[in-house]
Amino acid sequence: MPNKNRIQKNFFIILLIFIFSLVLNMPQTLPLKFNLGPIKIDHTLYKPQLDFQLASLRIQKNTDLKYGLDLAGGASLLYEVDTSSTNADNIDSALESLKSNIERRVNLFGLSEANVQVSSLSDKHRLTVELPGVENVSQAISLIGRTAQLSFKGEVDIPPEATATATIYDLFAEDTGLNGSHLVLSTVQVNPNTAQPEVSLKFNQEGAKLFQEATQKYLGKSIAIFLDDVPVTTPVVQSVIPDGEAVINGNFDSKSAKELAAQLNAGALPLPITLIQQSSVGATLGQDSIDKGLLAGLVGLALVSLFMIANYGYLGFIADIGLLIYALITLSLYRLIPVTLTFPGIVGFILSVGMAVDSNILIFERTREELRRGKDQQAALELGFGRAWDSIKDANTCTIITGLILFNPFNWQFLNTSGMVRGFAVTLILGIAVGIFTGVFVTRNLLRIFTRKSNQS
Amino acid sequence: MNIMKFRPLFFAISFFLLSLSAFSIIKWSFKTSIDFAGGTIWEFTLPDTSQSDIEEVFAKNQLEINSLNLSSQDTYLLKFSNIDQDQKAQLEQAVSSLAPDYQELRFETLSPSLGKELLSKTIYAVILSSLALLLFIGSRFKDFSFGIAAVLAMFHDAFILLGSFSLFGHFFGAELDALFVTAVLTTLSSSVHDTVVTFDRIRELKRQNYRLDWTALANQAVTETLTRSINNSMTIIFMLTALVVLGGQTTKWFATALLVGVVAGTYSSIGVAIPLVLFWKKRIQKQQ
Repeated sequence: MPNKNRIQKNFFIILLIFIFSLVLNMPQTLPLKFNLGPIKIDHTLYKPQLDFQLASLRIQKNTDLKYGLDLAGGASLLYEVDTSSTNADNIDSALESLKSNIERRVNLFGLSEANVQVSSLSDKHRLTVELPGVENVSQAISLIGRTAQLSFKGEVDIPPEATATATIYDLFAEDTGLNGSHLVLSTVQVNPNTAQPEVSLKFNQEGAKLFQEATQKYLGKSIAIFLDDVPVTTPVVQSVIPDGEAVINGNFDSKSAKELAAQLNAGALPLPITLIQQSSVGATLGQDSIDKGLLAGLVGLALVSLFMIANYGYLGFIADIGLLIYALITLSLYRLIPVTLTFPGIVGFILSVGMAVDSNILIFERTREELRRGKDQQAALELGFGRAWDSIKDANTCTIITGLILFNPFNWQFLNTSGMVRGFAVTLILGIAVGIFTGVFVTRNLLRIFTRKSNQS
Repeated sequence: MNIMKFRPLFFAISFFLLSLSAFSIIKWSFKTSIDFAGGTIWEFTLPDTSQSDIEEVFAKNQLEINSLNLSSQDTYLLKFSNIDQDQKAQLEQAVSSLAPDYQELRFETLSPSLGKELLSKTIYAVILSSLALLLFIGSRFKDFSFGIAAVLAMFHDAFILLGSFSLFGHFFGAELDALFVTAVLTTLSSSVHDTVVTFDRIRELKRQNYRLDWTALANQAVTETLTRSINNSMTIIFMLTALVVLGGQTTKWFATALLVGVVAGTYSSIGVAIPLVLFWKKRIQKQQ
């Protein structure tokens, strides 16, 4: 048994973790209003924000629990991307611009927390769009699939007396007839002579014809490209282009060139997409799920606590305190990492609470055996901890192995990537890791302190 | 406690459960959810409507409803084939005009090809976890018979879980979905988990009393770990039962599957894994 100082130090560490987790999990405001004898307390506690300066590092963290689509309400859309008409070399850049297009559109819709992801498995490409909190799913879907208005307008001569008041819309007043539907793809390439990045445009057959006419007409002048009536770029026509393949060069760095290409692509989706999966959950159903999960968790926790006390007496009571600290630490980790909680995730948490008690049970059973052999309480506990450790380690390794396969950390496309399954895996893995920690560190040190006290009295 | 004298009983129980599972799987197969089969789930609240009104809307749109339930007061849960965005808009228009206060709770639609893909992903995950657990068992127990016994117990549990869901599907409409697969994998690991704890104890005792025969060792190990096994399962069972009873529709069957897996895992470590080790060890002794 370690000396007294060490135990005290550990106790303070536990206390510190406990208080930190407690504060992290408190509601934003907590009104305190009660009478303590003659002292009246009427005070509101505010949750402190994680926002401080550590040397030159500014630490600022939002510690709200994040809920997945199934709990917060929202929609998840899965699209199949058709790459059959695209040259294999261009697929990556086409997918990249597809992603930024969709992101742009979704942001236009006012859904800033949307998440757009592309996943590829051999020659199959998928696009996932997650829209938390969206209410009108149909509208969002049609917005994602629509063609933004990309227009090409030619420069007109402005009489000298009007130049002062002329806007860019007056300057580029002539429609060339070209629009987004004519643009097949815009990509970034590097000019082999100047090593400067430039933006290439590729038109379809009809577009090529219109573009040839436009370049003839505006040779030496500018053609402006507007996206939903916002000017994007105004390149000067340097030659007549008959084949529908144009290059815009200028003062681009690779980032601004990429941005321009993405903006141009926003007019035409570079690759056709088809909606293959759609799921949406209303916010009311989500709240209902949270309430039910919370109730189930509390009832389960109460049953487990009673069971532990019934079986192991005061040892069980201390294990219950450990369990409470366990729950607080786990919830704090959800807030800090942050973990996006889904309903299966809540199931994983609830299951892991049941499993977390396991290390305590292993230890207590071993302790009982040692007590039967005539060891005194403290020695029995220390031996119990030592012997149980091997079993705890082995037993939890299995669950972590499976948890990792379910979580699929390397995003292997031949394994499951669904948010539901991952939500379960992540809370299960975290729960087990924290369970081992509270079992062998928190409960152990609490027991050392309390057995010492009971021995002294 | 001479638990191993109940070996014939354990054998009978396992034999019964395995054959019942096999029977149910062959006879009734499984009900698969839209995760695997593709299709649509649509849940909405619409007061002052009758089921036949809704059925009529679908008949007009020439769509066949696979199931239509009242999941709670005024809340309908419909399952039918995969539809596209236009069809959805049409249906929603028609349904919401039946009565005021239409509110969509959940809408999911999935093409069948995606379901096939999930199936193959699932199979990979099961193979990969089995291999990983095999490797773990192999490295943990250099002794061949322990490893084989743990693996057989693991498959025993997984098969019973599958069988029970075939039965639940037939009698109570439980469906296999992506979460069920998750429950199967969790069962695999918790089964090994329990077996490892018991086996650890046998090995520890073997080191202390080298001369003791395997049956006596097994009895002692089981006696010593039985309380732990049962108590540990009880805590998990409490948590999961609370979830099955109070947790609502969406995860009811997921929690049930986990529950079946935990109970099977606890039983099989004593009723399957250890008897198998004994069987093996005795044969080796006879051969010598």
